[in-house]
Amino acid sequence: MSALLKLTGVETYIGRYHILQGVDFEVPEGQTTMLLGRNGAGKTTTLRTIMGLWEAKSGSISLAGEPIEKLSTPDIAQRGVGYVPESMAVFSDLTVKENLVLAARNGPLDDAQLAWIFGFFPALKKFWLSRAGSLSGGQKQMLSIARAIVEPRKLLLIDEPTKGLAPAIVMSLIECLKEIKRRGATILLVEQNFHAARELGDQVLVMDNGTIVHRGEMAALAADVPLQERLLGLSLEAHQ
Amino acid sequence: MSEIVATDALPKPKRDIAPLLLPLVLALLMIPLVGSPSSWVTLTVASLAMGMMIFIMASGLTLVFGLMDVLNFGHGAFIAVGAYVATLVLLPLASWAQADSLLINLAVLVPAALLSMGVTGALGLVVERVLVLPVYGQHLKQILMTTGGLIVAEQTLYALFGPQIIPMPLPAALRGSFILGDVAISKYRLLALLIGLVIFVAIELVLNRTKIGLLIRAGVENREMVEALGYRIRRLFLGVFMTGSALAGLGGVMWGLYREQVHASIGDELTVLVFIVVIIGGLGSITGCFIGAILVAMVANYGGFLVPKLALVSNILLMVAVLMWRPRGLYAVTSR
Repeated sequence: MSALLKLTGVETYIGRYHILQGVDFEVPEGQTTMLLGRNGAGKTTTLRTIMGLWEAKSGSISLAGEPIEKLSTPDIAQRGVGYVPESMAVFSDLTVKENLVLAARNGPLDDAQLAWIFGFFPALKKFWLSRAGSLSGGQKQMLSIARAIVEPRKLLLIDEPTKGLAPAIVMSLIECLKEIKRRGATILLVEQNFHAARELGDQVLVMDNGTIVHRGEMAALAADVPLQERLLGLSLEAHQ
Repeated sequence: MSEIVATDALPKPKRDIAPLLLPLVLALLMIPLVGSPSSWVTLTVASLAMGMMIFIMASGLTLVFGLMDVLNFGHGAFIAVGAYVATLVLLPLASWAQADSLLINLAVLVPAALLSMGVTGALGLVVERVLVLPVYGQHLKQILMTTGGLIVAEQTLYALFGPQIIPMPLPAALRGSFILGDVAISKYRLLALLIGLVIFVAIELVLNRTKIGLLIRAGVENREMVEALGYRIRRLFLGVFMTGSALAGLGGVMWGLYREQVHASIGDELTVLVFIVVIIGGLGSITGCFIGAILVAMVANYGGFLVPKLALVSNILLMVAVLMWRPRGLYAVTSR
């Protein structure tokens, strides 16, 4: 499987803090790669650096072979990268419909794509004309993900989508992400929820102190409790 | 896309109409205080017309403030330049402006206003690229750069046009008043009221009915996410800045005609007023700016009539009162 996304020696500073200290990894096309690590390991910074929201001071980032580390955020998005931030960042003053209209950059909303999204996020249809700010946390997360998939994307960067959500909502989000995966999407997913990580991940990367300290298959890490404890400080079961 | 039917929408948030009612309540409260109905009508129309002119000048600033987080203390320069550019057309063609035909008056007035908007819009492009672009996100430097820009613009106007006050007489057809019984309503004030309303409705339609408007509203809330969706918000910033500058230029023309004179410090004088309106309205809110402008004009007119000495501090008192009631302005859009 060829690499859709490749990071080589990426270093990022936030102010005077040296956050990413030489990050190297590949995200294979058509697979879901989990990015795990303790709080402060640099997972969110990695996604933001790929997206161009923070500048990579050195190293290279390529998408389908094309260097993107010098591109602006809109240019990176226009090359087919969808981003779901940890904060969800829905536009609360806009309706659900208006949020999705903005996300459909290439033209009007596609009926078939909308029907597919409504299939696993029925709340978005129900609250179609309601202000996004009045939605619950789970519904905002659904909208945030829907915004990223309302048009076909080459790569999805998703940051802790299950954080702070009720178990029932988490289950439906996992089903949604599985469905997105079945459609052949390539996903780089930051996640702390073990159940979600095990269900969704093909590959896994573990970060610590701004570098990748482990890479391999998700199934292998899920089966190796001592390795989990060594890499993450505690077993993945305890992360739930 | 086919129409989606939202069968079970969330209850709509309660519409916040209290600020909308404020000008109405204030106007009604003034009836017994002013005494004479004809004076009250005259003062109210004068307030609405003045409010519209202030709104036109301030609307660009509130969007620039709200969307771009730019403290543009040089906004007054666009007002002054707009007024001066209009004199370049109105004074050489004074015979047209003073002709008895409304059509001939408009034939000189409309090009003067359009030229002013064009020049101030273009000046906005230069100011955004040269002064503002290097200091995005740095408020202190923005204040220094834009205040410096205002001083340079003002001194350039002195150098080019001299220190004297330049008369800017109203076109003949806009002089005088419509008389309805005891009430005299100035023609120019009615025109100002009409133009202000048209601009308010146009801005609201653009913001609420177009994709550009959606982007501006989304950008006010979260610029980063708009970029992450693939939109070049810098271009949008530039467009908003230029539009705001052009509107300030138009406001300058209208204010110059209202006062029938232009001088280089006109922008300096009005900067404080437009900032008060923007703060009262809530940063980034066009509706708030609209209400704020009317309130400022009402307090100035009614206050000036009832307690002339109060006129000196009326705007500040109004701002204090509004901020004590709503610390983020009448309609808070941004959390800044």
